[in-house]
Amino acid sequence: MQLGFLVDLHLCMGCKGCEIACKVENEVPLSTWRLRVKYVDVGAFPETKRTFTPLRCNHCANAPCERICPVSALHYIENGIVNIDKERCIGCAGCVMACPYGAIYIDPQTQTADKCTYCAHRIASAMMPSCVVACPVEANIFGDLDDPTSNISKYLQQHQGDVQVRKPEKGTDPHHFYVGGGNVQLNPLASFRGEGHNLFNNLTHLPIGGHH
Amino acid sequence: MVHETLAATNAIVVLDVALPGIVWGWIITMNMWAKSIGTGIIFLTFFLLKKYPEQTGFIRFPAVAISIVFIHLFLFFTVIDLHQMFRFWHIFFYPHLTSAITIGAWMATGFVGLLFAMAYAIYLKKDEAMYDKFLGWTVLLAIPVTLYTAGLMAESTARELWQMPTESAQMILAAFLAGTATMILLGGNKFSDAIKKDLAIILGLSAFAAFTLYMSEYIFGGMKAEEVAATLAFIKGGEYTAMFWIGQVMAFLVPMALVCLSLKNKSYYLLKIAAVSALVGLWVSKHVWLVIPQLLNMS
Ligand code: SF4
Ligand code: SF4
Repeated sequence: MQLGFLVDLHLCMGCKGCEIACKVENEVPLSTWRLRVKYVDVGAFPETKRTFTPLRCNHCANAPCERICPVSALHYIENGIVNIDKERCIGCAGCVMACPYGAIYIDPQTQTADKCTYCAHRIASAMMPSCVVACPVEANIFGDLDDPTSNISKYLQQHQGDVQVRKPEKGTDPHHFYVGGGNVQLNPLASFRGEGHNLFNNLTHLPIGGHH
Repeated sequence: MVHETLAATNAIVVLDVALPGIVWGWIITMNMWAKSIGTGIIFLTFFLLKKYPEQTGFIRFPAVAISIVFIHLFLFFTVIDLHQMFRFWHIFFYPHLTSAITIGAWMATGFVGLLFAMAYAIYLKKDEAMYDKFLGWTVLLAIPVTLYTAGLMAESTARELWQMPTESAQMILAAFLAGTATMILLGGNKFSDAIKKDLAIILGLSAFAAFTLYMSEYIFGGMKAEEVAATLAFIKGGEYTAMFWIGQVMAFLVPMALVCLSLKNKSYYLLKIAAVSALVGLWVSKHVWLVIPQLLNMS
């Protein structure tokens, strides 16, 4: 079994349902993200378009994070998921340096590495990842890439020629695909990124503290 | 940071997470810098004891003492950078051998053991033959201890700037530069003119070779990979430009110039200034090279 993800970017409408479902399911701390949806605006008024790209760990078949981890805290499980053992992690951040997709972060609460696990704990109970369940337009398609009759395999067959992975030149062999994506969505160097367009800006306070 | 934007697409990120901060910062710079001195002094001790056995016997104890101090500084900064430092022992009990960190930790442990054996031989046993026997093995282990950080940088697939074999060459050159500079400061005026000349030449050539590599990457690196071009933008007019050039000038250009002058004027004083400049500049150069790839957004 080789589990994989596919996101149909034609369908995604940027509602961030997957993002929130992931936060809740995995108790992802404030300011960190296992999955997020990036918004990129394209074009000039009045010919403008907003694109939405869910980004998560790709569960690479040749995962640099797994290779660099000195204690095998990052490891493969038999269904192809790159999982993390937070009890074993020493917090060296080698994996943060190695992942070409910025998919790993140091959890500020546990001080260990964390990332999307394709909800390995739910899959162990035969449940779909929480982001898949939350998506109102079924843009997230999840399943067994080794099974030609699975939804994801059929989707890949039907959309040949329009399937991409992020940064294929890195040789990581991602098990996460995008249909309908363009350079602007999948290549971080292809869009301008100014400061101040974050999910959370710097916290500001009203000048009312201490007064009646 | 923007390299492929077209006026036609005018693509702008309007909502996303914050840009990543620097995860490996000055603590890792200290780690690399201290290690360069700790292993470099051993390379130089081996060289001097082989070439000038009659005149350099007095360096045996101070050299091993300096190496012990700086290797422990390196270990200290390695451990305090871990977010879970009290789990450091996991590296020995759950080792993952594809990781350069694991290999480095094991090699460094063996290296430290041999350093203490050398200290024991010269300080307690006063046995120079035993010291020299240990020194041979220590030099061998000093090679992987010096190089493993380059392996780690090469395994950092996300950071396109850190390429092999360039990083290996830079690590070895840094060890020679730092080791020679430390030896120059250690020897005082006790070295003969021939030894001073040798040390000056090693310092100058290490600086020249390292500077050539940096400049080659500076000029040509971006022509092969857009991520490298985007990274180098931080030192080509970007926020780390001044720091990069301060590092290059202090670590390499000043030592090269002072080495030439000191050879011409037979001035050991100039050589000492070159040594101090090289040690300070090396820290700055390493720091800039460590930090700039981390400023690039990966997704
Ligand atoms: S996307 Fe990053 S974190 Fe996920 S498996 Fe690949 S290298 Fe590891
Ligand atoms: S931070 Fe943890 S998971 Fe990441 S490489 Fe280090 S030990 Fe492994």
